[in-house]
Amino acid sequence: MAHLAPYPGMPKHMEPMGFPGERVENWQQKGVEKLGELLKKYRSLQVYLDICVKCGACTDKCHYYLGTQDANNMPVQRAELMRSVYRRYFTPAGKMFPGLVNAVDFDEETLQKWFTYFHQCSQCRRCSVFCPFGIDTAEITMAAREIMNAIGVGHKYSVEIIGKVHQIGNNLGIPKPALKGTLEFLEEEILDSTGHDVRLPLDQPGADVLLVAPSADFFSEPHIQSLMGYAKVFHQAGISFTISSYASEAANFGMFIGSYEHQKKIAKRVVEQARDLKVKRLVVGECGHAWRVAYSFWNTLNGPLDFLDPRYPAPQHICEFTHDLLQRGALSLDKEANDNYRVTFHDSCNVARATRMGPKAGGQFEIPRDLIRASCNHFVDMDEDTIHEKTFCCGGGGGLLTDELMDLRIRGALPRVTALKRVMESDKVNFMALICAICKAQFSKVLPMYGISMDVVGGVHQLVSNAIQLGAKKGVV
Amino acid sequence: MLTFLAYFVATIFLIGFLSRIFVYARSPAPLKIPTTPAPTTRLGVIWRLVTEVVFFNSLFKSDKLAWAGGLAFHATLAVVLIRHARYFVDPMPAFVGPLQIIGIVAGVVMAAALAFLLLRRLVFERVRYISSRADYGILFLLLGIAFSGLLMDFVLRPNIVAIKTQLMTMWSSVTGLPPVNSAGDVMFLLHLLLVGALLVIFPFSKLMHAGGLFFSPTRNQVDNPREKRHVAPWAKALD
Ligand code: SF4
Ligand code: SF4
Ligand code: SF4
Repeated sequence: MAHLAPYPGMPKHMEPMGFPGERVENWQQKGVEKLGELLKKYRSLQVYLDICVKCGACTDKCHYYLGTQDANNMPVQRAELMRSVYRRYFTPAGKMFPGLVNAVDFDEETLQKWFTYFHQCSQCRRCSVFCPFGIDTAEITMAAREIMNAIGVGHKYSVEIIGKVHQIGNNLGIPKPALKGTLEFLEEEILDSTGHDVRLPLDQPGADVLLVAPSADFFSEPHIQSLMGYAKVFHQAGISFTISSYASEAANFGMFIGSYEHQKKIAKRVVEQARDLKVKRLVVGECGHAWRVAYSFWNTLNGPLDFLDPRYPAPQHICEFTHDLLQRGALSLDKEANDNYRVTFHDSCNVARATRMGPKAGGQFEIPRDLIRASCNHFVDMDEDTIHEKTFCCGGGGGLLTDELMDLRIRGALPRVTALKRVMESDKVNFMALICAICKAQFSKVLPMYGISMDVVGGVHQLVSNAIQLGAKKGVV
Repeated sequence: MLTFLAYFVATIFLIGFLSRIFVYARSPAPLKIPTTPAPTTRLGVIWRLVTEVVFFNSLFKSDKLAWAGGLAFHATLAVVLIRHARYFVDPMPAFVGPLQIIGIVAGVVMAAALAFLLLRRLVFERVRYISSRADYGILFLLLGIAFSGLLMDFVLRPNIVAIKTQLMTMWSSVTGLPPVNSAGDVMFLLHLLLVGALLVIFPFSKLMHAGGLFFSPTRNQVDNPREKRHVAPWAKALD
């Protein structure tokens, strides 16, 4: 099948990352050594390679399996690609009776399978919800990608993007003048459509908040609608904020390639920038894995974040931020502004299964839904087996949002699209709100393949943006 | 002979099991990765693990048949193991006596559950596809243990009194062999050998899920990464 295998990274992408430019000579030995090293560094990997009982409960839980019917996309089989190598080199049974326990050499054929199938996992963790031991195939995928990078067999898309972050500051490679131009253009746009002078400041020292959005928010549709929504919320609340040209990216592809070092380095840009600009709060825009990294890892990677306002000592999600303001009466929303929409909500998997919002477990489901309900009159959830922690991935996460994997992305979206179509028919839904830049990009591309218009997708803050009454109240006191 | 074997098996099992646990406990978990929604307190995490161990919560969500078969097997295994105290402990603890009938019923259910799990493995295409010889091997071993045990209860009664006397002295005598005078006694030896085999492969196989579950970061971590830094020793070196 075409469009199911990723493009390999070239020396010009790999070398600046500190990875070998091409496959190293003794790659088998190096790969096995790297696996040994990771086993000592990650308890998840060690335990998960050991304890799978092959119960099969996860076999029909992965969207890529459901979409491709390829057995290697069953989470347990995907993990088996690494487990069989692990057994061969690290367990007595695999060393002595490889045939009996299904242990295989790390050879060419195995490596090809790794390269293919560890790039058919979006690290969405749906399998970990359903496994009796919580075995998280994403952890295994990350380790596999790290091992492959270490022997010079990388995926072009992810390493190339990380390179852009280090060189220019964001995934899309947007330089500062272009960013400035866009923000000014958006300010005019909002002024024209609302009559209000809403600002989108860049590199403004001393602002209250550093807003870190996924770079797609600056240039892509429908992302940009949410960006205008964030700005209006700040404006209305009377809280000053700034965007940083140096850290103009919330996304962190270091996670996708399983590299602690790269994750840390990318995240460091944000923390340093927050310190330099002397902001008191950190707020993260609508992006799934970015929120995972910010919520779960920033503090650990580059903490303690002790320069922040003690009342907001940790990064907040833009939905938490807006929700808090709404509850304190700082915003007024006119639901009728969205009366042309009947809305449903896609729980982005990284938000749903790897993070939280607010103080209570499950806040990541409730807070965005509260915001939607406050912004529109018609809201309905999709099938309960496809929402909350059981949500289906959009099919484009985990570093797979690249054209050469288009077939895979279309197939991977199938379970989500099926659930969406059902509410489109039964409840006349015509808008799927979500809070992830990758999901937005993926759905805008893929939904048309299923006969659904791309403007069915948009951000939660797009709805907020439509509903917010600028000037209706005077900020937070 | 048997004594030697018993010590051998016990040593491999204990050292093997504990050293695996030691490896799990020692390996660092550098990032917080609980599968959310996750408890925000330690106590909540303990409760989460209890529900996983006692009720197989996650499995219930994903696969009702595997859940039913798995829970039936593990629950009855627990009862059967407790009942076996009568053969090892002298005097027999008072609570074990009334367990006799329950224990035998549990034995039957256990064998049935194992047969069901085997059938499930063979019948459902996806589960058959992922099964290796080792998976069947372990199931057959458990079935062998269950059936040899049941046969002794119902058909081929070994000389229990003599066996218990032997077992009680087994740990100290070198020459001890239980009496082999009847088919029942042979069955007993077979039962014992199969259990020995199971214990020997335990630390080297998927049976380690018994200890490993408690070290699964997606299940045993508290969801508090914003409040608490969580730096692994090897990661500190990168600062
Ligand atoms: S659900 Fe967990 S234990 Fe069962 S086969 Fe899948 S990974 Fe293995
Ligand atoms: S993490 Fe998601 S994509 Fe990867 S195997 Fe599990 S369910 Fe599939
Ligand atoms: S892109 Fe969205 S749906 Fe897909 S893995 Fe990321 S958060 Fe999940």
